[in-house]
Amino acid sequence: MVPFGGWDMPVEYSGIVAEHLAVRERAGIFDVSHMGQIEVAGKNALEAVQRISCNDAAKLQVGQAQYSGLLTPDGTFVDDILVYRLAPQHFMLVVNASHIGKDYEHIAEGIKPAGDAVAVDASSRYALVAVQGPQAREVVQPLTAVDLGAMKYYWFAHGEVAGIRATVSRTGYTGEDGYEIFVPPPQADRLWLALLESGREVGLIPCGLGARDTLRLEASMRLHGNDIDETTTVLEADLGWIVGWKKPDFVGAERLRRQKAEGIARRLVGLEMQEPGIARAGHDVYVGDSKVGAVTSGTQTPYLKKAIAMAYLPVAQATAGSEVEVDIRGRRARATVVPMPFYKRTQ
Amino acid sequence: MMAYPAGYKYSKDHEWIDISGDRGKVGITDFAQKQLGDVVYVELPEVGAQLKAGQSFGTIESVKAVSELYAPVSGEVVEVNGGLKDKPEAVNADPHATWMVSIRLSDPDEAGSLLDATQYADLVK
Repeated sequence: MVPFGGWDMPVEYSGIVAEHLAVRERAGIFDVSHMGQIEVAGKNALEAVQRISCNDAAKLQVGQAQYSGLLTPDGTFVDDILVYRLAPQHFMLVVNASHIGKDYEHIAEGIKPAGDAVAVDASSRYALVAVQGPQAREVVQPLTAVDLGAMKYYWFAHGEVAGIRATVSRTGYTGEDGYEIFVPPPQADRLWLALLESGREVGLIPCGLGARDTLRLEASMRLHGNDIDETTTVLEADLGWIVGWKKPDFVGAERLRRQKAEGIARRLVGLEMQEPGIARAGHDVYVGDSKVGAVTSGTQTPYLKKAIAMAYLPVAQATAGSEVEVDIRGRRARATVVPMPFYKRTQ
Repeated sequence: MMAYPAGYKYSKDHEWIDISGDRGKVGITDFAQKQLGDVVYVELPEVGAQLKAGQSFGTIESVKAVSELYAPVSGEVVEVNGGLKDKPEAVNADPHATWMVSIRLSDPDEAGSLLDATQYADLVK
C-alpha cells in the first residue's frame, strides 16, 4: 500500500504485468474511490461550468460526459477533469484526488460571475469502481438492468448494479472499453465482491495503481502532476481538441487563443526507446549537446513490450521520426518521436 | 516463502553469491525480487569490469522502480548472463537460479563477512 492523495492504495495485487495484460485481454477491476466529485447546480449551472471548464459543456446532452480542463488564466492545468451532465442545470465534475480542495476553491471562485449556481464537494458521497477491458460488459451486464450495449462511449445512466443504486458510465483511464460505477460508499464493498464474482469466468482480476499508470500511459492519457500541470498549457499538452473555441469566454481562453494564433514553442510527444533502457519522469532529453526537454512519464509497457515515454520537446523536434537521446542516469540512449497514442484498441 | 539455498552467501543489499573455487555467480534474492515486482530490464557490466565489494555493478528495473545491483565481493567480471536481455522476468520466476554476473574473486576472505542462509532469512523476516 502507498499513500496517494490522502488515501492508502495498493500499487499492485497480483503484479503490474499480470494486471495490465488482464485489462488488455480480458477485464480488470479498479477501486478508484479516491477520485473527487464536485457538483455544480443552479439556474445558471451551464454558464458556470462554461466559465471554469475549457471544453464546451453546451455540447453535452443530459447523460453525456466529456474530458476537459480546469485552467489558470495562463491556459495551464489546475487539473484535468471529466464533466458529466446530470440534468440540464446540474453537472458533476470528476477531479483528481490530490486536487479536490484546490479544485473546489478554484471552481467556487470561478463560477461567481455566472450568478445562480453553487459548487458542492460531493466526494464523500461517491465510491467509484472501474471495470475495464474487452470483456467488461460481460462482467457488469448480468448485475444490472441498464442496457450497457446501448450505452455509447462517454455516456452514462442511472440504475442499479448488484441491487445498489448506481450511476454507470462508459468511461475509463486505460484505453480499453469499460465502465465506471459510482455508488454510495457504504455499498462499495458489496459492489466490488459482486463484480469479482460475476467476472470470475472471464478472468477478471483486481488491479492497482501501478497497472492504472502503465495502462493510461500506453493509451497516451495524460497524468496531472506528470504530463500536465500549472506550467503546461492545453495546446502544449497537445489537447487542443478539449478546447471549446467557439463558446463564450472561459478562464484561460485569451491566452490559448493567443497561443493558437502565434504558435507554441514546445509540445508533448510520444517517445519510443531505440536502445536498451527505460526513460522515466525527470530524465533529460538531448539533441546532440543541447538539452531540449524532459520526460514527463515513462515505462516499459507490459502489452506493447517497448520502453515508451512522453516528453515536452521544442516543436522543431516534435514531429514523428525525429531522433533524440534520453539521459538515463548518466547514459545516453537513442529514442524516436512516435505518434500517440502508443496503443489504440481495435474494436 | 521461497527457501534461501544453504550453499549460497548473502549480502545485506539482497544479492546472493554462489561461490565455487575462486569464482562466484551473483543474483538477487527472492525477497529483493518481490520488493521490485515485475522485472523488465537488467543492465549489466561488460566482461572484464573490475568490481569492489559494495559497489554498484548494474541496475535492475521493474515496471515501478529502478534499483542498483551491488557487488557482494570484489573481483573481475568473467561472465555475464546475456539471456537476461530477452528474459528479464526470469529474475521473478526463479531468483535463486537466475545469475547475473560471474565474478573472479580477488579476495576470497571477503566472502567470510557475508551472511549465510539462516542469517539472511532472519534479516528479511
